[in-house]
Amino acid sequence: MALVDVKGVTKRFGGLTAVSDVDLTVKAGEIHCLIGPNGAGKSTLFKLIVGLYPPTNGTILFDSVDVTEERPFARVQRGMSIKMQAPSVFKELPVRQNIQIALQKRVSGAKRDLEEDRLLALLNLEADSNKPAGVLSHGQQQWLEIGMALALQPQLLLLDEPTAGMSPEETFKTGELIKSFNAEGMTVLVVEHDMAFVRQVAQRVTVLHLGKIFARGSLEAIIQDEKVAEIYLGRTHGH
Amino acid sequence: MFKLLDGSQTLGRGRTFWSCFLAVLAAALIYPVFADSYDVGNFSYFLIWIFMALGLCLMWGYGGMLSFGQTFFFGIAGYAYGVLAINMGGGSATIAALVLSIVIAMMAAGILGYFMIWGGISGIFFGIVTLSATLVLAFFLGQTAGPEWRIGTARLNGFNGMKGMDPLTVGDFYIEGSALYYVMVALIVAVYIGLRILLNSRIGNVIVATRENPQRAEMLGYDIRKYQLLTFTIGSGLAGLSGALYTSWGQFITPSSIGLPAAAMPIVWVAFSGRSDLTATLVGSFLLLFGFQTITVYSQQAALVLMGALLLATVMLAPQGFVLGVGKLVADRWTGRRRRGANPALGQANGLQSNET
Repeated sequence: MALVDVKGVTKRFGGLTAVSDVDLTVKAGEIHCLIGPNGAGKSTLFKLIVGLYPPTNGTILFDSVDVTEERPFARVQRGMSIKMQAPSVFKELPVRQNIQIALQKRVSGAKRDLEEDRLLALLNLEADSNKPAGVLSHGQQQWLEIGMALALQPQLLLLDEPTAGMSPEETFKTGELIKSFNAEGMTVLVVEHDMAFVRQVAQRVTVLHLGKIFARGSLEAIIQDEKVAEIYLGRTHGH
Repeated sequence: MFKLLDGSQTLGRGRTFWSCFLAVLAAALIYPVFADSYDVGNFSYFLIWIFMALGLCLMWGYGGMLSFGQTFFFGIAGYAYGVLAINMGGGSATIAALVLSIVIAMMAAGILGYFMIWGGISGIFFGIVTLSATLVLAFFLGQTAGPEWRIGTARLNGFNGMKGMDPLTVGDFYIEGSALYYVMVALIVAVYIGLRILLNSRIGNVIVATRENPQRAEMLGYDIRKYQLLTFTIGSGLAGLSGALYTSWGQFITPSSIGLPAAAMPIVWVAFSGRSDLTATLVGSFLLLFGFQTITVYSQQAALVLMGALLLATVMLAPQGFVLGVGKLVADRWTGRRRRGANPALGQANGLQSNET
């Protein structure tokens, strides 16, 4: 069953067409990776799905409901949650308060305190919980934002380059974390450049190129696709 | 409840802070016993403006919305109190006039705020629109000198201002002098405590989150427009409370209390005090008003120049606010001394460290 159904979506910025007549289906319960070279329109498509940009044409269905005209907060209330490309946290507020703000819609009181502690431990941010989020390293801010997105317990988790600025160990750990949440039933849509990470997590892959769907299928099929290798992966990559 | 009073959104926590708070409150309560009635009246006058400053602190410091139009709502409520008190015939009806005038100011804030916030106006444009609103109101009221400008029996009177309304009255008892002073102190305590509770609640969390990163706040599922409108309406309502009390206190109000110099004053008080904290705003605004009034006795021009110079100095030297800066410094020293007292080894280590550096 499709959790997200993007139908014929186009986004133009003046004379520039960033996304052109894209159809994309994300099935419930899968980890779907969106890859493509820089400028392919991946982040724009993400922002269209979550409602940060209105599409020029096309419709977006979430859980069979047309959400094309809905504002971002309404889509989040339906079960979406996003981690943006650049770390987007509340920089002057303490780390714990960042998590608290994300959690308070779902839980309260002692239950919220317990959940805060659990998330901070999961993100390895316990020692920094009283520091302003802005003083954390880039990688830690990425972790914090992932934690805030997870705190909503969404049906669909959208991650835009979640491992940018992370060490290989942190990247691997992030992949395992995402897989563990997916195993509990969370659907995940990831934009990522790091092919090792894509290999680690992807169950299905869609390749975007110049704003259009270029290829889609299993990771093995994509890696073996000569045209994909030409535009993105490099001829020697993955063999 | 105490957790909300003592939460992380407001500086000043723990037994020491609340002991100081109670000591200051006790001093404020016994002050009229020792002071002459003229000084008590003057103190009441300073306290009138505190609500407007606290409202701006809520909107600007916590909510990130710089409203240059606190005087717009001050004026609406001030004139509304006059019109209502005159038409309702004074007496205990003045209490209803006070409440209704605040409701009218909040409704005006709701309407203006709806169009601004839903229209996506933010940042400097928020200040420009609110400033325009107060200037338009001031100019409009300035040309209402003719006899045709009346609401019921209340004449607006143009630049000369509206007069003839009763002060706050309960039965036959005029709330003036010490009684007015005590009402002010009670209202300030109630508003201060209420705002602390609001800011340390879940709503307060969303208010500061919206200031910090509106897009992220929305991506956590909050309709930030509603929180911004709530913040704007409460902050403007507090300006309205100041306006209604001002009219009641002096039994007059003129368009000059809504114009440009008046509109700039709350910005100076809150910026100088430290916009990001309620307590700093409360203390700093009171000190500034006291200083301003003292200098005004000798020269109003000198007082205005001083206010301008203070704003410049704040922006250049202490953008987070002088009172807040001093408060944090004192708190750090106090905390450091207590830590060293509790752990002499730590004290020695810190001492060594500072000597080395």
